[in-house]
Amino acid sequence: MAKAPEFDVPEAGDYIFTPPVLPGAMSHSQPFVAKEAHQEAVGYPGELIDNWQEVAIEKLGEMTKKYRGLQVYLDSCVKCGACTDKCHYFLGTGDPKNMPVARQDLLRKVYRRYYTLAGKYLPKLVGAEDLTEEVLDDWYKYYHQCSQCRRCSVYCPYGIDTAEVSMAAREIMATVGKGQKYCNEIIGKVHKIGNNLGLPEKALANTLEGLEEDVLEDDGVAVKFPLDVKGADVLLVTPSADFFAEPHIDGLIGYAKVFHQAGLSWTVSSHASEAANFGLFIGSYENMQKVALRIREAALELGVKRIVFGECGHAWRVGYSFLNTLAGPFDFLDSNYPVPQHIIEVTHDLLSQGRIKLDPEANDDKRVTFHDSCNVARASRMGSKAGGQFVLPREVIKAACNNFFDMRADTIGEATFCCGGGGGLLTDDLIELRTKGAMPRMQALKEVNEQHQITHMAAICAICKSQFSKVLPYYGFEMDQIISVHQLVGDALVMDTEH
Amino acid sequence: MTIEVNGKSLDTDEEGYLADLSQWEPDVATVMAEIDECELSDNHWEVINFLREYYEEYQIAPAVRVLTKAIGKKLGKDKGSSKYLYELYPYGPAKQACKYAGLPKPTGCV
Repeated sequence: MAKAPEFDVPEAGDYIFTPPVLPGAMSHSQPFVAKEAHQEAVGYPGELIDNWQEVAIEKLGEMTKKYRGLQVYLDSCVKCGACTDKCHYFLGTGDPKNMPVARQDLLRKVYRRYYTLAGKYLPKLVGAEDLTEEVLDDWYKYYHQCSQCRRCSVYCPYGIDTAEVSMAAREIMATVGKGQKYCNEIIGKVHKIGNNLGLPEKALANTLEGLEEDVLEDDGVAVKFPLDVKGADVLLVTPSADFFAEPHIDGLIGYAKVFHQAGLSWTVSSHASEAANFGLFIGSYENMQKVALRIREAALELGVKRIVFGECGHAWRVGYSFLNTLAGPFDFLDSNYPVPQHIIEVTHDLLSQGRIKLDPEANDDKRVTFHDSCNVARASRMGSKAGGQFVLPREVIKAACNNFFDMRADTIGEATFCCGGGGGLLTDDLIELRTKGAMPRMQALKEVNEQHQITHMAAICAICKSQFSKVLPYYGFEMDQIISVHQLVGDALVMDTEH
Repeated sequence: MTIEVNGKSLDTDEEGYLADLSQWEPDVATVMAEIDECELSDNHWEVINFLREYYEEYQIAPAVRVLTKAIGKKLGKDKGSSKYLYELYPYGPAKQACKYAGLPKPTGCV
């Protein structure tokens, strides 16, 4: 039998309250440090270098010049405290270093010491501190207790993007040889094989063939899951978890059914068999660009006209906000479609045009709520109107399902709570943090469940889906209560068997 | 970290996965299961054996769906579900069973 968790699971009560401050409550929490091979595969030194202090300080200076936003974020905090109770990790752990202002101050105090006049001469007066081994340890622990979800930034009167600070700290640590195993091992696999899982082409082909058999058996329709088809119109770039994990794979089946029923020619690429881009999480522009370029290479190689992203939260941030500058221009694609386009936008358009039909009664056994994923909610958009990233997924779900109920307003939309596993923290060595950080979302789920007897929570992010599968049982829910939005779509889609 | 198997000392990584996959032998699974206070039944072994066969051919663990389908064929349809696999391997079939079977840990958003 499984051992019981070796930590206390916070109670998801009737409302979210600000916990008592527990200094050091999470000072034992840190992810495994990247090994030499993982570090070198992504361009960093294999272990902590001898002159790490000097290099770290220099790197920080370089970064504030290169990314001017970072300097603004480091300079402009007035310690008003508006962010303190907005972080799911603080709410779930009570550790004061998980108040966003305090976490970001771990870097800010070092910046102040070496790069501001007052900090150079009167460090104590302005809270400036030397970069010591103790500070580096704190960075490693607490910058891996930020999921870069940017909820705190919504409430910051100065608009300080705290995720940028976490990303910068992680890049500095990787640069001096103290990277994180989970992220760096994964990025290395993308560079080498093309996806986070390390799923080789042969295994991908086998998995996709298996899905064709399954859908034919279940629905009697010969839905194709094409791989590396030259001349297809649409290149689907989706998280590799969609090929591997549950409930992700039911989402992939949903996309395939939509493409099939709408008569769109599409393909997956074995070269760009990953939407996720963990280069974002470790703050590495170079790695992020190298990963993004695989999508461009695949699009050119296959001669597609459109690029569509599957259900992956941060991939959509990179796709929507950065793809063009990282890997553009995409002037070789069909300019009638956004580059890239989200699968939710594709399905929504097809529904609006009447090119596909959903029968919501097919999901009458379900009562559904929707978890807004942070990178979709706060770092991107869908459709042509502001807020489309909140409206479109809900309209698609409502078209697929008669029983839809939102969670409380201050826990959805731009105020959504992170699942607890985003930003490169979805690793078993951080399970305590992940479980505690999920508490605010679990509280809101519990509340909507009590009011409306919810059976399922739908999401459009591979990390959210895996995280919830793991942490739902800690809060008295079943692991299979988390589903893909396109599972609902796939199950409700009216299929033309003649097609 | 190391584990002791039949008088040999085998290196593992921080999470208990074999460092050198070629050192696997059936008793590796038994010893790892003992560490997790889990006793391996014939049904556990069906999963381990399938994982090893699949890995041999594809150099990666099978998708959860591929695994459930295969186990359903071998042990009966009622057991071909991820729920049943989680009963066998509470830490997750993809991770715990891979570890016992001497496969690398699946990485990514899984």
